[in-house]
Amino acid sequence: MRRLTPYLLALPGWMWLAIFLVVPLAAMASVSLQTGNVIDGFVMTFSVSNYGDAIGGYSTQLVRSLVYGACATVAMLVIGYPVAYWIAFKGGSRKSVYLFLLLLPFFVSFVLRTISWGFLLADDGVLLGTLKSWGLLPAGFHVLATAFAVVAGLTYNWLPFMILPIYVALERVDPRVVEAAQDLYATRGAAFRKVVLPLSLPGVFAGVLMTFVPATADPVNAQVLGGTGNTMIGNIIQTEYLVNNDYPTASALSFTLMAVLLVGIFAYARVLGTENVLEAAAR
Amino acid sequence: MRGGRLGDRLLHAYTWLIIAWLSAPIAVMVLFGFNDKQSKSNASWQGFTLRWYEELFAIEGLTEALANSLKIALASTVITVVLGTTLGLALGRHRFRGRGATNFLVFAAISTPELVMGASLLSLFVSAGVWRDAMTITIAHVLFSLSFVTVTVRARVVTLDPALEEAAKDLGASAWGTFRQVTLPSIMPGVLAGAMLAFALSIDDYVVTSFVNGSTPTFPLWIIGSVKTGIPPQVNVMGTLIFGIGVLIAIVNAVAARRRM
Repeated sequence: MRRLTPYLLALPGWMWLAIFLVVPLAAMASVSLQTGNVIDGFVMTFSVSNYGDAIGGYSTQLVRSLVYGACATVAMLVIGYPVAYWIAFKGGSRKSVYLFLLLLPFFVSFVLRTISWGFLLADDGVLLGTLKSWGLLPAGFHVLATAFAVVAGLTYNWLPFMILPIYVALERVDPRVVEAAQDLYATRGAAFRKVVLPLSLPGVFAGVLMTFVPATADPVNAQVLGGTGNTMIGNIIQTEYLVNNDYPTASALSFTLMAVLLVGIFAYARVLGTENVLEAAAR
Repeated sequence: MRGGRLGDRLLHAYTWLIIAWLSAPIAVMVLFGFNDKQSKSNASWQGFTLRWYEELFAIEGLTEALANSLKIALASTVITVVLGTTLGLALGRHRFRGRGATNFLVFAAISTPELVMGASLLSLFVSAGVWRDAMTITIAHVLFSLSFVTVTVRARVVTLDPALEEAAKDLGASAWGTFRQVTLPSIMPGVLAGAMLAFALSIDDYVVTSFVNGSTPTFPLWIIGSVKTGIPPQVNVMGTLIFGIGVLIAIVNAVAARRRM
């Protein structure tokens, strides 16, 4: 009985993951090789042409998503690192207060806070409207429906996920190690470059991992903040599935997206070890 | 060192700037829940009113969507906590065959993009002819929350001293008694944190839900659906209330945790 305990404990959760994660991915793989339509039904033809059609037809959106995702991730890193650094080293006894304030947006629905941004940035809204009425901006100036708006929205929405893992890595850095570097005549800059930065890299890796994937695959920011020229792959997949009911193309697209993203993830995971990444993800 | 002090002060101000940036949309949401708007659009400030708080449930579709979200969040949290706690215990406490594969599954569920998760679940439900409603949404929400709860509980379990459980057994406690009186109380903070995370993830989810909801509206889906026609102020009020309750629970929880220490 005692030897069975771990299996009995693991079984229910394991089954859930197997039935609702692994089986659906297999179902999607199978659908992506079928041809047909939603009325006459889909037939298995093992045709890889869905992939050709999907990638050929939507390469613009696929590339655009990767570019937007990468830009947002770099922006998050540049914007977030100094914040994580300051809280980790200078936050003192109020560290948890600062972290809590950074997490405040998560108490508001993701969809709602993105819409709030759209509202703030609206052509004649609180911000632009005021600046325009003061004559500081030309009347035709707009931010919404541009690539900038979408990338800024992505950056905004996932920034805390970049800051937290970097903070966790920096928090573990023993300040005495930095002092030792300075005692050995390293300048502040050199101590940062040669001691602090390398020690924080696992956090940077985890942060990139936790932000690049969801940002690249996100349909909401492009839908709410972007225009017709900013459609991302997430919007296409949603439309193909839910509006056009073209399941084979949509499945092929989803698989392509996941393949591109997973190759990146597992490259990272190999560098860090999955448990480290999971630990970082849990914090 | 003078330059250093200045740098620190700049970084301090910068941190507050980022916090302000992150909070700006929240302020807008709260403020426009009090806007006494006259026209259809809720885009400019027209004066203070509590009307939308009084008429909070006046929009039937919205109320129904919020009720659906709360029910689904509650159901999926209960299921996820049970599955995630047992899985976290197994992974954190025991060595068994398939442990590595299970760890990998947990990791895979975290790293699968939401979009792909939703799309693949829809593929399964369509292939199997499953009717899509609150049930399929709950299944999906348990799926994406499960790994987070598992990891949270596992992290707590590995810090647990096995000697405690052995002592309980030596003193004649049954396996169930040991679990209920020793193991469970000591992993409880992890379980509670996992439960709150699961609830928050569920009530917030749009992407996965949009694939598996059939025609059942949830709060985020209803909001996205009404972007074109204009978001009614009641949405702001509901968002504000959810925000307030969430923050309150988090603060109470943090204070309680500090007391325990």
